[in-house]
Amino acid sequence: MTVERLADWLANTNPGFFILAAALFVPFARNNALRAFLMVGGPAIALVALISAEGLGSNLSTVSVLGLELVLYRPDSLSFLFGLAFIIAAALFGIYSLHRRDPLQDATAMLYAGAAVTAVFVGDLVSLFITWELTAITSVFQVLAPRSRESVRAATRYLIFQVSSGMLVLAGICMFVSATGQIQFALIAPSMAGLPVGVMDIEAPGAVLILAGFGIKAAFPMVHNWLQDAYPKTTETGAVVLSAFTTKLAVYALARYFAGLEWLIWIGAIMTVFPVFFAVIENDLRRVLAYSLNNQVGFMVCAVGIGTQLAVNGAVAHAFAHIMYKGLLFMSMGAVLYRVGSTKATDLGGLHRTMPWTTLFCLVGAASISALPLFSGFVAKSMVMTASHADPALFVVWLMLLFASAGVLEHSGIKIPYFAFFGHDSGKRPQEAPFNMLLAMGVAAALCILIGIMPGWLYQFLPYWEEVGKDYLASDLWTAPHVLQQLQLLVFATLAFMLLQWRQLYPPEMPGVIVDVEWLWRRGWPDLVSAAGRPLWQAGRLAVRGADAAGGWFTGLARQVFANDGWVSAKVPLSVTAVASLAILGLVLAVSLFA
Amino acid sequence: MILLETLYVAPPTLTAQAPVLAIIVPLLGACAAALAPSGRTGWMISVIASLFGGWMALAVATEAMREGAIVYVLGGFNPPLGIALRIDAMGALLGLLIGAVGALAAVFSGHSLVAEVRTEKHTLFQAGFLLCQAGLVGIVYTGDAFNAFVFLEISSIGTYALIAIGEGRDRRALPAAFNYLILGTVGATLYVIGVGFLYAATGTLNMADMAARLSTLDQNASVQAGFAFIMVGLGIKAAMFPLHGWLPGAYAHAPSLMSIFLAATATKASIYLMARFLFEVFPDGTAFGEAFLTWVLAPLAAAGAIICSIQAVFERELRRIIAFSSIAQVGFIFLGFALGSAQGLSASVFYIVAHGLMKAAMFMALGALALSIGARRLDEFAGVAREAPWTAVAFAVGAASLVGTPLTMGFLAKWGLIEAAIASGQIWIAVVMAAGSVLTVIYVGRIMEAMFFRAPAPGAPRAKEAPLGALAPLLALAGLSIWFGLDASIPEQLSQAGAARLFEVRP
Repeated sequence: MTVERLADWLANTNPGFFILAAALFVPFARNNALRAFLMVGGPAIALVALISAEGLGSNLSTVSVLGLELVLYRPDSLSFLFGLAFIIAAALFGIYSLHRRDPLQDATAMLYAGAAVTAVFVGDLVSLFITWELTAITSVFQVLAPRSRESVRAATRYLIFQVSSGMLVLAGICMFVSATGQIQFALIAPSMAGLPVGVMDIEAPGAVLILAGFGIKAAFPMVHNWLQDAYPKTTETGAVVLSAFTTKLAVYALARYFAGLEWLIWIGAIMTVFPVFFAVIENDLRRVLAYSLNNQVGFMVCAVGIGTQLAVNGAVAHAFAHIMYKGLLFMSMGAVLYRVGSTKATDLGGLHRTMPWTTLFCLVGAASISALPLFSGFVAKSMVMTASHADPALFVVWLMLLFASAGVLEHSGIKIPYFAFFGHDSGKRPQEAPFNMLLAMGVAAALCILIGIMPGWLYQFLPYWEEVGKDYLASDLWTAPHVLQQLQLLVFATLAFMLLQWRQLYPPEMPGVIVDVEWLWRRGWPDLVSAAGRPLWQAGRLAVRGADAAGGWFTGLARQVFANDGWVSAKVPLSVTAVASLAILGLVLAVSLFA
Repeated sequence: MILLETLYVAPPTLTAQAPVLAIIVPLLGACAAALAPSGRTGWMISVIASLFGGWMALAVATEAMREGAIVYVLGGFNPPLGIALRIDAMGALLGLLIGAVGALAAVFSGHSLVAEVRTEKHTLFQAGFLLCQAGLVGIVYTGDAFNAFVFLEISSIGTYALIAIGEGRDRRALPAAFNYLILGTVGATLYVIGVGFLYAATGTLNMADMAARLSTLDQNASVQAGFAFIMVGLGIKAAMFPLHGWLPGAYAHAPSLMSIFLAATATKASIYLMARFLFEVFPDGTAFGEAFLTWVLAPLAAAGAIICSIQAVFERELRRIIAFSSIAQVGFIFLGFALGSAQGLSASVFYIVAHGLMKAAMFMALGALALSIGARRLDEFAGVAREAPWTAVAFAVGAASLVGTPLTMGFLAKWGLIEAAIASGQIWIAVVMAAGSVLTVIYVGRIMEAMFFRAPAPGAPRAKEAPLGALAPLLALAGLSIWFGLDASIPEQLSQAGAARLFEVRP
C-alpha cells in the first residue's frame, strides 16, 4: 500500500524537485561519501521518477496560486529528451566534481541543474519564468566560484545579461497573460493536434519580448558575449555544469513556443558561422569551446526555426548529443586546467604522454562534435542538415551550415586535442586526472559512442519518432551519399589543417585577447566618441569629459542628497516632520474640499 | 494545499469567545507580567499569553473564512450604543500575522532580552510587549472608530516605552523614542479629531453604522475634513512618506525584539485601519476619495518607494538599511491601495503579510547575531555567514523574499501587485514597482555580499550561532516565507475574500 503510494507520488512529481531537494542538503554533507550520495543520488531518483512518469502529454501535477493554475509537471515527448539529458548531465557533474570541497559551488550547481530539469517539465509560462530566474540566479555562483577579482566582474556582467533575459520574459508574459488570460502552453493553441510545439504566435502581445528573453539566454548573435566572457573564467567544474543547461534550456523554450518561426532560421545560421572565425584564432582552449558552443546552439536554433517534424527531431537529438559531447570536452579541458593550471594553447602541448585517458576521452568528444560517423554528432546533426536540404528555398542556409560543420571540425575536432595533447611539446608532465574525473568522462564518452553505434536507442525517444524518425533511421541515416559527404568533409578539413600547419599558415598559437562584439558593450561606445575623426576629436573629448564631470556631479549630488548625512537622510529634526504632516494635512484638506 | 480548518483545533465554546480572548488575554498577561517576581517568570507569562493569543487569532481566522465576517458584541450591548468587534477575512488575516509574529517574538525574547536589556527591566519589558500586542490585535478587530483610537494608544504607549528601553545598548534610542512619542501623538490626535468630525456628521461611532449613514449624506465639509484628518493621522502612524521621520530611528535603535515586532506589525495595523476607512467607511466613488487616491496617495507612495530605496542603497548601518526598506515597502502597499480596485486591495493586503513575515525574519536574524556581536555598520557584518550559517541563511531567505525571488512569498506578493496595476491600466505604477525592485536588489545585494562573500575583518569579534531557543522561532519565520511562497492558499484566500467583500458590500 505504502509502496504503491510512494510509486504513485514518484510518478507524479516533477523530477527536478528531487534534484533541488538533494541540493539543499549538499552544504551540510560534511563527509565525502554522503556528498557523493547526494550529488549522484538526487539525479538518480529524478531519473527513476522520469522513467516511471505516468503517461506523456498530460498534466500530472497542478497547483493554483493567486488564481493562476500552475502546471508543475507535464512531461511530453519534447521535454522528455531534454529532461533526460539534463538529469544525466547533473549526475555526471556530480561525479566529476567529487574531488572538490566547495559546498557553495556544489549546492548551487545542483540547484541550477534541478531548476533546469524542473523548467523543461513545467507546463505553463509562470512556472517557466520562475525556474528560468532560478537557473539565472544559481548559475551565477559558478562564475563567482574562483572568487577572483576577474571572476567577480565577469559574474556581474553575466548576471546583468541573465537578469535582463528574465525581465524581458516576465514583461512579455505579463502582456501575453493580460491579453489572452492563458498561461498553459498546452491550451495556448488548442487547435493544435498532437504535440504542442511552437505554440506561440509571434504576433501575440508580448511574444516578441519573450522571444528576446529566450534569445539572450540562447546567446543569439550580438548578445552572445556573456557566454565567452563567463564560461572560461569559472572553475574546472563550473564550465562543465554551465555548458549543459543554460543555452539548452533556451533551445527547449524556443522549440516549445516558437518552432517554425522563420527569423530563427537565419539567426541560427548566422550563429553557426560567425563563431568559427573567433574560435580558430582564439588561444584559450576553454574559450574556443565556448565559441563552439555558440556555433552548436546555432544548429539547434536553425533547426527549430525550420520547424518541420524532421527538423524538430534534429534539434532535440542534437541538443541531447551536444550536452554529452560538449560536457565531455569541457570535462577534459577542466582536467587539464586542474592539473596544469591553464588552458591556453601556448602553455600546453604534448600532454598525451602523461594524461593518456584524458586524451582518449577528449578525442572521443572531438570525434563526436565533428560528426564522425559512428559517433553521436553524426546521427544528430545529419537530421538538421537533411531538414535544411529538403527545402530548396533554404539552400543558402544549408551552405552556411555546411561551412560551419567544417569549421567545427577545424576548431573543436582538431584544434582542441591537437594543441592540448599533441602539437609542440610544452615539456609539462602533469599527473593523470583524478579517478572521479576519469569516471565521469568515461561515462560521457561511452554515451557518445553508444548513441553513435545504436542511434535507434536515442531516436525512439524523439518527439516525432513514429511520424518521421523511424523512416529516417531505416532509409536515410546510413545511406552512402550521407556518410560519404560527411567523410569528405572530414577528410578535406583535416587535409586543410595539415596543409596549413605544414606551410605554417594556420593561425599560430598566440597569447592575446580577441575583440568581439563585447567590445561594443564594454569599450565601444565611449571609444566611438573619440574616434569619430580628427575634427570631432576635441569635441568628443570635451563631451567625454563633460559626461564624466556630469556623471561625477550626479553621483556626488545623489550622495549629498541620499547618503548617511545627506539632505534627505540626515536625522530629520522632529519639527520638520511635524510641519510636513501639517502641510500634508493641508494638502489633503484642500484636495478633499475642492475636488 | 493546507486549509485553515486543518490547523485549528479547539472546543466551540472557546471559539465563540475567541475575538475578545485574542485581545484580553495578552492584556491580562501584561498585568501579570508586570507583577511577575523575576524576568524568567515574566518571559513564561509572555510566551503563554502570546501563544494563546495567536491560537485565538487562528480561531478567528477560521471562523471569518467560513462566515465571511464575525460580529462580536461586547457585554451584550448592541451597537450603535455598545461596542462591537467586527472582523472580516482581512482583519482576521492581519490578526493572524500579529498573533504569529507576536508568539514567535515572545519565544525569541527569552535569549534576546538577557543580552540587550538590564535584568530589572525584563518584567516591565514583557508587560509592555504584551500591551502592544493586545492593542494591535484590537485595532484590526474592532468595529468602532473610537475604540480603534483607544487600542491605537494602548499599543503606542507600550511601543514608546519599549523603544526607550533600548538605551541600555544604544543611547540613540532615547531621542528616537521621544520623536516617535511626539509624532505618534500628533498622528493619534489628528485621527481622533477626524473621528470627531465624522461623529458630528453622522452621530455614530460604529464603523458599519457610520458607513451606512455616510452613503446617504451629500457633500459635506465636515465629512471631508474628517476624511483628511483621519488619513493624515493614520498616515503618520503608518509611516507614509514623507511622514516617516520617526521610523528609521525607532526601528534601528530599539531593542532587537521591538524592531522585530514593530517592523512586522505596528505600521501594518495602521495601514489596515486606513484601508478600512478608505474602502469601507467612506462611500465609494466620492470625489474627495478618488482625488486623494489619485493626487495624494499614489504620488507620495511612489516617491516614498523610490526615494527611501535610494536612501537604503546609500545607508551604511544595517538596521537602518532595513528600516528605510520598510518605508519603501509601505510605499508599495499604498500603491496597491491607490489602484482603488478589489484586486489592488487584496494584493496590498497579501503584500502586508509577506512584508511582515520577511522583515520579522530579517530583524530577528539581526537580533540573533546581536547575541554575540554588537555590530551596527554593514562592514562589521562581513563574513558572519561562516560563523553563524543558520542565522545567515534565515536572513537570506527574508532578503530573498524582499527582493521578490521566485518560490518565496515576496515573489507572489510583487507579482500580485504588478498584475493588479496592469489589470487596472496603471502601467506607471507597475514601472515604479519594477524600479523599486531593482533598487532593492542593489541594497540587498550589498548586504548579501558582505555577509556571505567577504572575509571577516581581522581582529573583529567573531559571531556565534544563536542557541536553539533563539534559532527555532527564526527558522520558523523564514520557513513561513517559503511555505507561503510555495502554497499561498491561506493568506491568498483571506485577502481575496476580504477585498471582494469590501467591494461588494459598497453600493
